[in-house]
Amino acid sequence: MKESLGATGLILNEPLLWEKGKKGRCGFSFPRRDVEPCPLDEELTGEGPDFPDLSEVDVVRHYTRLAQWNFGVDTGMYPLGSCTMKYSPKTNEKQASLPGFTGAHPLLPSSLSQGALKMMFEFEQYLNEITGMYATTLQPAAGAHGEFTGMLIIYAFHKKQGAQRSKIIVPDTAHGTNPASVSLCGFRPVPVTSNEQGILSVEAIAEIMDQDTAGIMVTNPNTLGLFEENIQKIAQIVHAKGGLVYCDGANMNAVMGMVKMGNIGIDVMQLNLHKTFSTPHGGGGPGSGPVSVAKHLEPFLPVPRVVEENNTYILAEDYPDSIGKISAFHGAFGVIIKAYSYIRSMGPENLKKASQLAVLNANYIKERLKGTLHLPYDRPCMHECVFSDKHQATQNIATLDMAKRLMDYGFHPPTVHFPLVVPGAIMVEPTETESKEDIDQFIETFKAIASEARENPDLLHHAPKSCKVKRLDEVTAARKPCLTG
Amino acid sequence: MKEISEIYLPDDVRYAEDHEWARLEVDKVRIGLDDYAQDQLGDIVFVELPQVGDTFKQGEEFATVESVKAVCECYLPVSGKIIAVNTALEESPELVNNSPYGDGWFVEVNPGDLSEMENLMTHVACMEKLKGAA
Repeated sequence: MKESLGATGLILNEPLLWEKGKKGRCGFSFPRRDVEPCPLDEELTGEGPDFPDLSEVDVVRHYTRLAQWNFGVDTGMYPLGSCTMKYSPKTNEKQASLPGFTGAHPLLPSSLSQGALKMMFEFEQYLNEITGMYATTLQPAAGAHGEFTGMLIIYAFHKKQGAQRSKIIVPDTAHGTNPASVSLCGFRPVPVTSNEQGILSVEAIAEIMDQDTAGIMVTNPNTLGLFEENIQKIAQIVHAKGGLVYCDGANMNAVMGMVKMGNIGIDVMQLNLHKTFSTPHGGGGPGSGPVSVAKHLEPFLPVPRVVEENNTYILAEDYPDSIGKISAFHGAFGVIIKAYSYIRSMGPENLKKASQLAVLNANYIKERLKGTLHLPYDRPCMHECVFSDKHQATQNIATLDMAKRLMDYGFHPPTVHFPLVVPGAIMVEPTETESKEDIDQFIETFKAIASEARENPDLLHHAPKSCKVKRLDEVTAARKPCLTG
Repeated sequence: MKEISEIYLPDDVRYAEDHEWARLEVDKVRIGLDDYAQDQLGDIVFVELPQVGDTFKQGEEFATVESVKAVCECYLPVSGKIIAVNTALEESPELVNNSPYGDGWFVEVNPGDLSEMENLMTHVACMEKLKGAA
């Protein structure tokens, strides 16, 4: 194996800002006062906030040291399954920081926002093209927000039909947020089990689909990284009983340019710009979850909508069946610009190639590691592959131990213990970002860890040993969380 | 995690498919999570229980259990009205791990239809099912 990426170097400790500095220390010089002092209204005075007293260098070193403890896609491979931690090209940042965008105010009239509106309008067209859907809203500010918006649209559709329904079918291979979005909208999620191949069977859906079911919420490709091959027949069954088909498009990175969701029976779906379209994410945001719909659901999209009239872009509100606003302004605008930049710089052929390489990379890892790690569903995968710790369990080594040990070798661990249908799951999503050399090193590292599991299991039980922070007590952290500094 | 042979399934309770147990105690039924489920979940960090007075049908979701690995729903193995909840789990969710059939119980139910107990598995049947799944 090549030399390990993981090395130990000097890492500096850093206290909280409140534990640094000294009373009276200040980061800048106030300008000389040139007006007479004037007492403030008593209602406005009182104890000030507890800010630490620091110099500029105190603050810069604080954040620089914290940044050095960090690990991101710019540091190394980050194969977090289901999260699509692909590299975010720096040109996207450049476009998003253009003064015309950063200086724009969302309350400016349309006549002074033509550039921003044009970008939004074109971006919606691109997403329509990529998904094969009819119309798109950019308002939802995250994937789950998009799911909820989609559920509101399904609710509005059935209300318009004159007969509300109470249930939504959610497979066990759906994203974890799906049943929550269903419940939040007032529907009851009805779980359905995937078959022995890890996908939905037509029979299972035919059995439970009825006139009180508003629709189905399918993650496709699903969280096992498998394409729902029966989706067309499933959509026919759901449509025949008057239901709608929602697709959680968070895994669209696997199928750009290869599947037109509109053509396989999908009525409404969300895209996760922060995954598929390479905008930075992690640590809770920022995300963006545009929702695309088929023609019959267009009237229900949120308002305002960007409309083109005689080469002028306006914000139109006149859609009586609309579910209304679901975001204060126009969604996560900075994220939208970055995704627009990504699509424009890639072009149709390269977007398709990105998906092909993401799928190829995942299948390469799956094939090369399947002897080392247990592979519960041994069939071609999409952009991610799911292993389990079954082979290592006999040495009392669990998924978490291997994940922690990967950190010592300089890799971010994959997703663990998800999806729930695979006990001890290890879910690897390399994305198209990684070169063959980097993927080979990841594979060799995992093989080395599997050897360590046999020969020196304690090494894994106590991993990581090289990181700034060693094995954390996750149980106590969850049972007795410390919520103050 | 335990081998299947190490899973403790006492003979004084009945078992549901989703690994809840039910013990008939004179005129009430005490409910909890079995040893297999607590072992699979690992360290349990939070248990959300229903209110006293809530009523559920057999198989309806009545509680949520969160461990460091996963969150899962629990389904009431017999229909009835909740007459007591184990408030000790609020502060000490680890009781479910340490004593799944004792101090780690979830709720007590005034059962609507005691014949539902017959639909549940005996400890022998439950062990057979575990062996089949392993």
